[in-house]
Amino acid sequence: MIRLPLVLFFSAALFSIGVYGVLARRNAVLILMSIELMLNAVNINLIGFSNLWKDLAGQVFALFVIAVAAAEVGIGLAIVILVYRNRETINVNEVNLLKW
Amino acid sequence: MSAQEYAFVVFALVGVVAAVRVVTARNVVRAALYLVVTLASVGAVYLVLAAEFVGWVQILIYVGAIVILFLFGLMLTKAPIGREALDNQSRGLALLVGLAILAGLVFLIQNAFGWNDPKVELVQASSGVIGESIFRHYVLPFEAVSFVLLAALIGAIVLSTKDERS
Repeated sequence: MIRLPLVLFFSAALFSIGVYGVLARRNAVLILMSIELMLNAVNINLIGFSNLWKDLAGQVFALFVIAVAAAEVGIGLAIVILVYRNRETINVNEVNLLKW
Repeated sequence: MSAQEYAFVVFALVGVVAAVRVVTARNVVRAALYLVVTLASVGAVYLVLAAEFVGWVQILIYVGAIVILFLFGLMLTKAPIGREALDNQSRGLALLVGLAILAGLVFLIQNAFGWNDPKVELVQASSGVIGESIFRHYVLPFEAVSFVLLAALIGAIVLSTKDERS
């Protein structure tokens, strides 16, 4: 027996911490870490509502989100390493080739 | 409060404190290690919420694989140390946006449910039942996800191999 708002508040806290991290950090790897925090917040919501509605779809979709997050981290880090190899920096403020 | 709620609150507090340290740490390796604590406590929260299989998948994939990838990324890019090198100048604005989102979400949740409203009865979902659900109702999304993983694998290899011609 657990109160659902507790679960939702935890997830809201993790999500806003992740938003702060994405906005405040300038190192690309740390931004990816903050994105992971936000994806985890989504997963907690999915598990909580899967318990509320007694429907396993929430847990299945949490597994899908974990798989997509793994793919995202793999591609993201490959891009970061490629940027570092070409520009000698992964500071997102300095990677502004496409900025007008 | 029930025993499950106490356990949940303890793990949630550990997770939130470690998450705050992830986004404020001055040393990138420490940030990655705090991320381990956050992800492990989220996995423990899944176990408390009776999602056993998802909890162990979280421990295996996030703590076991993704954090290692992050550490490799940090070591390959020689990340600098120090607040000015890791954070940008608009930290106050970012804090404002984060707090605004938190306040908005808390307001919405309270409006929708109130503090005590839906008490959720936790029923343990065994991995057998989840497997049955995946392979009976969600076969197509499952195949699509496996294809996405394959494409991401090939893409990561193509991106990170050195170009021999140049």
